[in-house]
Amino acid sequence: MATFGIGASVLRKEDDRFLRGRGQYVGDFRLAGMREVAFVRSPVAHARLRGISVPEQFRDAVFTAKDLSGVKPIVSAPPLKGFKYSVEPILAVDRLRFVGEMVAMCVAPTRAEAEDIAATVALDFEEMPPVTDMLAASAQGSPLVHEEWGDNIFVEFNEGAAIDTVTKTAAIKVSRNIRTARHCMFPMEGRGVLAYRDARLRYLTLVTSTQFPNSVQTGLAECLGIEHGKIRIISPDVGGGFGYKGLLCREEVALGWLALQLDHPVRWLEDCREHLTANANCREHHYRITGYADADGKLLGIECTGLVDAGAYSSYPISSSVEAAQIANLLPGPYVFSAYHCRSAAVATNKCPIIPYRGVARTGVCLAIEVVMDAIAREARLEPYEVRLRNMVQPEQMPFNNVVGKHFDSGDHPECLRRAVEAIQLKNIRERQKRAEPDGRMIGVGLSFFVEQGAHGTSVLASWGRPIVPGYEQANVKLTADGEVEIHVGTHSHGQGHETTYAQVAYEILGVDFAKIKVIQGDTLYTPYSTSTWGSRSMVYGGGAVATASRLLAKRAAHIGAWLMQTDASKVTVTGGKVVAGESSVTLREVARAWYLQPQTLPAEIDTGGLDVTAGYRAARDSGTFTYAAHAAVVAVDPATGVIEILDYVVVEDGGTLVNPMIVDGQIYGGTAQGIGTCLYEATPFDAQGQPLASTMLDYMLPGATEVPAIRVLHMQTPSPYTEFGIKGLGEGGAVGPPAAIVSAVNDALRTLAVEVHDLPLTPERILAAIENVTSHSDQG
Amino acid sequence: MKPAAFDFVRAASIAEATRLLAETRGEARLVAGAQSLGPMLNLRLAQPRILVDITGIPELVRIEDESDAVTIGACVTTANIEDRRLPGRGLDALASVAAHIAYRAVRNRGTIGGSICHADPAADWVSLLCVLGAECIIAGPVGKRRIPAEAFVVGAYENALGAAEMLEAIRVPRLSARGRCGYYKICRKAGEFALAIGAVLIDPDRGHFRAVIGAANGRPVVLADMRELRRGNGKLDETAVTRELDKNGITDRIGRRQKLAALKRAYDQAAA
Repeated sequence: MATFGIGASVLRKEDDRFLRGRGQYVGDFRLAGMREVAFVRSPVAHARLRGISVPEQFRDAVFTAKDLSGVKPIVSAPPLKGFKYSVEPILAVDRLRFVGEMVAMCVAPTRAEAEDIAATVALDFEEMPPVTDMLAASAQGSPLVHEEWGDNIFVEFNEGAAIDTVTKTAAIKVSRNIRTARHCMFPMEGRGVLAYRDARLRYLTLVTSTQFPNSVQTGLAECLGIEHGKIRIISPDVGGGFGYKGLLCREEVALGWLALQLDHPVRWLEDCREHLTANANCREHHYRITGYADADGKLLGIECTGLVDAGAYSSYPISSSVEAAQIANLLPGPYVFSAYHCRSAAVATNKCPIIPYRGVARTGVCLAIEVVMDAIAREARLEPYEVRLRNMVQPEQMPFNNVVGKHFDSGDHPECLRRAVEAIQLKNIRERQKRAEPDGRMIGVGLSFFVEQGAHGTSVLASWGRPIVPGYEQANVKLTADGEVEIHVGTHSHGQGHETTYAQVAYEILGVDFAKIKVIQGDTLYTPYSTSTWGSRSMVYGGGAVATASRLLAKRAAHIGAWLMQTDASKVTVTGGKVVAGESSVTLREVARAWYLQPQTLPAEIDTGGLDVTAGYRAARDSGTFTYAAHAAVVAVDPATGVIEILDYVVVEDGGTLVNPMIVDGQIYGGTAQGIGTCLYEATPFDAQGQPLASTMLDYMLPGATEVPAIRVLHMQTPSPYTEFGIKGLGEGGAVGPPAAIVSAVNDALRTLAVEVHDLPLTPERILAAIENVTSHSDQG
Repeated sequence: MKPAAFDFVRAASIAEATRLLAETRGEARLVAGAQSLGPMLNLRLAQPRILVDITGIPELVRIEDESDAVTIGACVTTANIEDRRLPGRGLDALASVAAHIAYRAVRNRGTIGGSICHADPAADWVSLLCVLGAECIIAGPVGKRRIPAEAFVVGAYENALGAAEMLEAIRVPRLSARGRCGYYKICRKAGEFALAIGAVLIDPDRGHFRAVIGAANGRPVVLADMRELRRGNGKLDETAVTRELDKNGITDRIGRRQKLAALKRAYDQAAA
């Protein structure tokens, strides 16, 4: 018999509409009288805006900052000591701080006509020297992005203390500079906003492609100066987020305001150029890192300065503090050592804001620490996996507090790594490396290991700094009059498959026909207030809330069922969609019909809350769950062309209790493909004037089907002791491990040439330049 | 990213298309598969007043089978060539190179003529047609003329067409039975424009020993007799190739390495 509960690879409910092309995205909404919006955006990275001239015939179709009186700028200021907040106007007032910053809003019946109007708007500006690199921006005398700050530092974190004792005694000392490239997040659907006034319900309604319906509601209320209760946010089917849709967009505020002024709905759909250049980028970090170890490869200490090139503004509600905070306290990764000092900072530049992409800072910190582990292995003349094994938490030490107090909840890290070493067939690769490849390529094998703190709760997020901190997550679960189950949640699935996995949780408790369990999300009118879906939290928190509410609902149903069977409520259980007392039972449908349609059959003392329950959840410990994984890659590097091919890729992951292993595999495949993109392909370079050089898909490279190998996924399942069913958050790890594993493999391949590369992406040009550098140095020597 | 407004005309004949070009004095652009012009219109880099669709002109989709060559209409799609619609022997290189141009969706619409007219230095058709010694058949108000592919491509995104001229077809000579064509491109990923292209034709029975270095700064570097680049042992002479790179202003260190690697591999295929 097919099962639909926790642990079953149930086919996804939502795929029926997605695979038939029947999903409903912002672009699918067409309202009567709807008009389209195009924005005039800054053509320069840094300038004083002196004036905007609009041709007379388009006066009524163009809106600038002057028109938006009363609209407040976006200010995302976490309550952190020393945080310098940025004031981000919805439309530029007197300064332009990055290419693509919004200056004017043009409305027309079609987008093409709106763009025609936009082309007639002329900007008068005086260019200023731009700051385009985080290292230059943090140096003395740099031009300032926000003059009133006095420097370009949003916020700085210091974790640990000076580690002098170790620096003097360590047998091995390795230092590296590592840079990850600024790039884009690429959900299949871009952003889009449709705004209109709903005269019947008296809401300003925004249909918007967001991960965070309630945060958009809160942010919009603040910017427009109107009450929450007058704003309704609908986030319908959303074609992927990955963090890109985890913020309040300027466009949402602009169109929200516009809809309040006009008598018709207005819509803006992001185009590819806006997506690539104007809205948000991700991942740009720089690390100066030193590792100290004894002669046996035992890690003694880490010293690091990590910078985040945060762009011009702090996005709401994530804030530009989060990545820098994560660098400082996630850098130690899975390893056990005692001396640690990390200074990290978020640096403002004249580029669009950086926001967290799947994995947030973990992808960068994993690369930084794993490059150090590989370097120590070389010095100690050990296999890289051996060095890692020597520095891991042992299973009997779990739960374990690491050097910065991260509380690893459960697991067997060494076993995970050993399985990856075995699955990638390390011994065979080492044998193969002794022979020359017939095609002249060089083979390398590499590993990465990391912990993925997910489902962080209030305490963690409050310390990282955000204007909106998560607390309890709620779900509403109800039995309908004909015995079906309806679940309303404030989290938002934009690819995660919550319509299926939340239904699995309810099924586990209520046992109602799986086809009759329905999950409703993405509309603030019908769902509990929530910080929504990010940080691999939904299955733990949303799932926990669905479980809690389902149990309460089962209790209510049990009382009614017991009365119908004329037995005591303590003698019944709810199972298989029925209330059961020994041999006899009533179905939940019969219970529902009694409650809704035939209440005269029930006693006066029955709970008047009925079969409609809203309940909340918070994990027993809110310091987060710790999924962990080993990634292992085999690559072939062509030293003549610089081209890298991934020959084999293995992921061994322990994500606690898996609700739907098929969906988990999907998370890992997708994340790994994105991690491969980060490592080998994706980059948004800027020229010295701050112009983005990848503004179309001709210049921006994503991995495709031919670049992503068949990823082999192996699971371990160690439940978390702190969460419902032992579930852990695991949505991001796929994107964390690949750069470190692939860089490790490439450097392994090139080791006979004494070539090491660390800067992403590993383009053919970078590989060849590294080879050239070594060759030309040895020529001179 | 929506195009500026334009008028759209579907030309029924070559005469009509060239007449429109002549009458509109540079305000009209011809369009076939729109795989290069389409994005330029959307980015408003091109803003023609009139767009003339030439895909309905029968002569432009013809494929003429001749004993020593094939004449391919300018609007024949890359997918048609990939699918081996070209008749007869000695044309294998066309199909095998076609199969690796961009993606199938692009190949379904993109045309061989459109590609060479667009003259992107990194486009495969540009390098391949040059190495095969193809001829471009040009129609204009005063009749037809023929020029070699390497003369048709004048520079990066520049072709030899006069104001009212259009490319009608491309005549590609067949390889002899012993003839071999080698082709190698270096791309960051499958389907992307090349970083370097090497193409080599060794067809002793026809006396052809040609080599092309593509994805160069401008027009492809065409070496009409590549025997000069060979050493006594039959291997490619790297110093001689480097001299050619110097001569053609390909100075970037990394680019030189890649072009040399691509040419070597193409040569190895052709000489095998």
